[in-house]
Order: sequence, then structure tokens, then C-alpha cells
Amino acid sequence: MTTQPTAAEPFTTIIGLEVHVQLQTKTKLFCGCSTTFGAAPNTQVCPTCLGLPGSLPVMNRHAFDLAVRAALALDCTIAPFTKWDRKNYFYPDLPKGYQISQYDLPFSSDGRLEVIDPKGALWRDVRIIRVHLEEDAGKSMHDEAAGTADTRIDLNRAGTPLCEIVTQPDLRSPQESRAWLNELKLLLAYLGVSDCNMQEGSLRVDANVNLHIPLAGEGGADGRLAKTPIVEIKNMNSFRSVERALVYEAARQWEEWQATKAEMGNTPKQTRGWDDAAGVTRAQRHKEESSDYRYFPEPDLVPVTVSEADIAKARAAMGDPPTVLRKALAEKWRIPAYDADVLVNQGRDLVDYFEDLATRVGEGKVASNWMQQDVLRTLNERGGTIGEFPVRPEAVADIIGRVTKGDFDTSRGREIFAEVLASGRPVADVVASMGIAAVSDDDLVSLCKELLAANPKIVADVQGGKEQAAAGLIGQARKKNPNVNPGKFRQMCLDLIRGM
Amino acid sequence: MALSRQDVAKVGLLARLALSSDDLDRMTGELSKIVGLVSQLEEIDTSAVAPLAHPLDTQNVFRDDVPAPSLTTAEALQSSPRHDGSCFLVPAVLGDSGAA
Repeated sequence: MTTQPTAAEPFTTIIGLEVHVQLQTKTKLFCGCSTTFGAAPNTQVCPTCLGLPGSLPVMNRHAFDLAVRAALALDCTIAPFTKWDRKNYFYPDLPKGYQISQYDLPFSSDGRLEVIDPKGALWRDVRIIRVHLEEDAGKSMHDEAAGTADTRIDLNRAGTPLCEIVTQPDLRSPQESRAWLNELKLLLAYLGVSDCNMQEGSLRVDANVNLHIPLAGEGGADGRLAKTPIVEIKNMNSFRSVERALVYEAARQWEEWQATKAEMGNTPKQTRGWDDAAGVTRAQRHKEESSDYRYFPEPDLVPVTVSEADIAKARAAMGDPPTVLRKALAEKWRIPAYDADVLVNQGRDLVDYFEDLATRVGEGKVASNWMQQDVLRTLNERGGTIGEFPVRPEAVADIIGRVTKGDFDTSRGREIFAEVLASGRPVADVVASMGIAAVSDDDLVSLCKELLAANPKIVADVQGGKEQAAAGLIGQARKKNPNVNPGKFRQMCLDLIRGM
Repeated sequence: MALSRQDVAKVGLLARLALSSDDLDRMTGELSKIVGLVSQLEEIDTSAVAPLAHPLDTQNVFRDDVPAPSLTTAEALQSSPRHDGSCFLVPAVLGDSGAA
């Protein structure tokens, strides 16, 4: 990635991300209400998450453990002592009038997550400022068309556990920001921290962006960088939106800077909302004094301490993150880094499927080829998950085994795979019903002899040193018997011609 | 420590209180007295005292991630001045929301 200013783009784009991920718990952070998505409004609420007087929060052990797991995976330092604070603001979807969050003593800080480009080179090492654990707010539903109509409030989501992950402004382009988010999502999904489903709001991204513009002095560069005012972009509902919004916003800031020369410091930080349909960011109404949250320690929750032993235990329960798994898979099964990358990026379940297949086949590269060319391709066409994929590893291994044995060739194997997928029948049945039976050596010899007799020119060519002429016989042989294994047939022809 | 009228106006705004000019005058005086009383604490040297995160000397209170019954929607909405049987109704709000 070019990130140095160029003639076409005479600035560097500086991007930091703030990501909220919903932790995969059964219940909310401070009460036993369910976190299941899609329930009827206000059916998963209780006095605690409604903020009714006299109710008290109690921390969900699993939520805290998942948050620690996420922080460890992001290479953060876990604080031995952490507490929660009240972040005060008024909004109808926040019934208590404050959000329980973490202010000055977050449970973790100082991490990093690198992003690798598709060719395997380091794209960017992104530092994480902090990861903290907080509760979500409820949902406001406005009927914008009606204008003055009521706003409806559903508090099912209120109190859902969230990890907030804040990066340093280390990203340098919209593309690598998107790639980094994909890596983060993959990591959190692998570790079972979050399902990261953006449609269901399990992962939300805000981006801070501005431009660094090298200024040319009288006699050349004077070395000073002009920094445009930082803009926070909200309302991006997919990683693609994040990329598009950042591309748009960088271009907008460049135009604005040329017109106004406004620099950071002269102008307060602005919040802009991404309009996906229009493809633009728009200034959002500045919430008056909303930045004054008057944090103070949450008296209803006691602090949490984490020992070295707790951290060691959390690490042990963590499993391999994708970066480690890619390397391990490539080494264990002797497959190219590219193959390992494709497999790992599909998620843990697909890796398990592959390892099951590779173990049965006993040959990593062959298993990987079938994964990429057959299993993954058809999975992408059909949709659904690998867990629901009807052709299980034992069936694929059965087909590969027959190919290896020489019953039929790979392309015939593909047809069988497709038929097993379509019919749901066992491999042996499909092989039998497709009239595919292994061609006996005797049959193969008589077929060879028959065709050699009928093609004296090919025989002459081969005898004259043009072995490739034998290819002409394979087509004819397959017309007579589609089950002929081309490799075996070719070799037999050559042997017979030499013996003539 | 004296509070200015602007300080009190800002606190009023943050608390969503509509304070009249007379209110501001009265409260600036009253609040200044309260803050003044509390600010006596500043006379104590606390440089060697660690900040207190919580008055109780208790830590690590957790619950298991086990679902408990929720209220019915009717129970949840019953104290609300306005609702439509499934959601709380509030005057139209526009703009951003959610955890920040």
C-alpha cells in the first residue's frame, strides 16, 4: 500500500477505529435477562435493565471472562485491578440516565493487532489503546417520514455486554481499515468472544479520520504538516460501508482543506453520519455539551481483581488465534500459505472439516485442493454453513481414495461429488448408479490394443519420439468407456507401443 | 470556592432543568455554599492516599451466565406515562443514540 503523499493524493489519511462488539453471553451484563436477538420489544427486560429504583447490577462472570479473552488475543496488558464508572447523559434509550462503563481504570490496555495483505506481507501493525467492558443502550425507533410522531423505545438490548476496542490512529487507508476489521472479526469469532454479526448490531464501528498534508514552503517543502480537523464517522453498517465512508470522507476533507485551510485545533471535532444510499457523510447535529459525561465510580459494583493465575487460565482456554493457526496449518499439512489463509479465513468450523478430511486422506495438499475447488466453491454457491454442508469429510475422502486407487480420474470424481451433493446418497451408490466401475486391467489392455490397431499414424508418431501424440488415443478411449483412467491408459499405450 | 452563574447554568443544562433567571441567582448562591462546605476537604493532605475505587473492601462479586425470568411486557410498561402495548413512547428524538 502506498501511504506516502503522491501527486494524485497529496496527503496521508490518518484513521483510528472505535469498535463495539457484543459478547456472546446468554444473559445481559448485570442481570439475568436473555440477550437473544430478534425477540418482541420489551420482552427481555427486568427492573435492573429498566433502571427501576432499588435494583442493583451484578456482574456476569462469563462476560468478564470473554472480555479478558478478547483483550489477551489483542495482546493487551490486563490490569490487576479494575472498576466501573457511570457515564452520565440523558437519552430515552438509556433508562438509568447513565451507562455503566469504564473510565480511568479499564481492565486492559496497550495491545496490538496486525493486518497482513493478501500477498502475505505486513500491511499495518495497529496499536490498541484500550479494551473495556460496558453495557449497551436500548433501541430507539423513529418514524422519520411522520416527522413529529413519537419515538418508540425497546429496551431488550439495554444492558447487553459490549467490549469497546479503541485503536491508535495507525491505519493509513480505507482499504487496510477494512482488512483490519476483517481480521478483528475473524479473531473474535475464532475465540468465541462474539459472533460479530453487523446486521444484528453485534459489531459496530465508528471511525476517526483526518488528513496530514505536507506543506510546500517558498523554496520547497518547509517540513510542516497541516492536519485537517478530525471527523468521527458513525452509522456505518457494514465493513464495505466503512471503506466507502472513509474514501468519501478523505476526499471531502481534501476539498474542504483546499477551500478553507482549516486545521485541527481551530475547529472542534465534528461528528458526521454515513448515508449509505447517498454515499455521503453528513454533519450531525451537535449534541449540546454531550461531551461532558461527568464520570464517577459506580457505587453499585465492586472492583474486580485479576491475578497472574487467572490470566494464565484464560490464556490456556483461549485456543489458537487465526495468525497462529495459519502457520500451524501450513506446516502440519504441508500446504502453501495461500491455502492456509483461505481455509482459516472461512472460520474454525471449516478448518475442522479440512483437518478431518486431510487426516482421512493422509495428504494435506490433495485435501486442500478438494476444499478449495469443490467444497468451498459449492458452499459459496449454495450458501449456508460448513456444518450444514451435506457432503461430509468421510464422503469426500471416499471419492479421493477411489481417484488415488485409479478407479477413475479427478474430473470423474468431481462429477461424483456433484451427484452425492445433489442426491444426498452415499458415494458407493452414486458410483454404482452412474455405471462407474473400475475398469479391469484386462479390459484396459484389450481397449489399448483395439485402438492402437485402428490408429497406425499415432503409433508411428510415438515410435518417432512424439509421445504427446498418445493424447489422441485418450479421447477415443473415453468415448468407448467413460470410466477409463486417462493416466493409466496413456501409460499402458506407451508401454505397448514400445513393446511392438 | 465560588460558582459562577455560567457554571450553574451549565449544570442545569446537563441535568435538563429549565432554570429561570431568578432560579439561577438563587441556586448560584446556594450551590456555592454547598461546594464551599465540601471544599474544606481540600485542606487535608491526601498525596499519600490511594484513590478510593469503592468504599466496601470487597472485590470480585459475580453471577453466573444463567438466564432468569424477565418481566412481562405489560409489567415492564405499566409505570410508563405513554406506551403502545409493546414499546415505551417518548417525544420524537432525532440524531445519534446508542452506547458511545
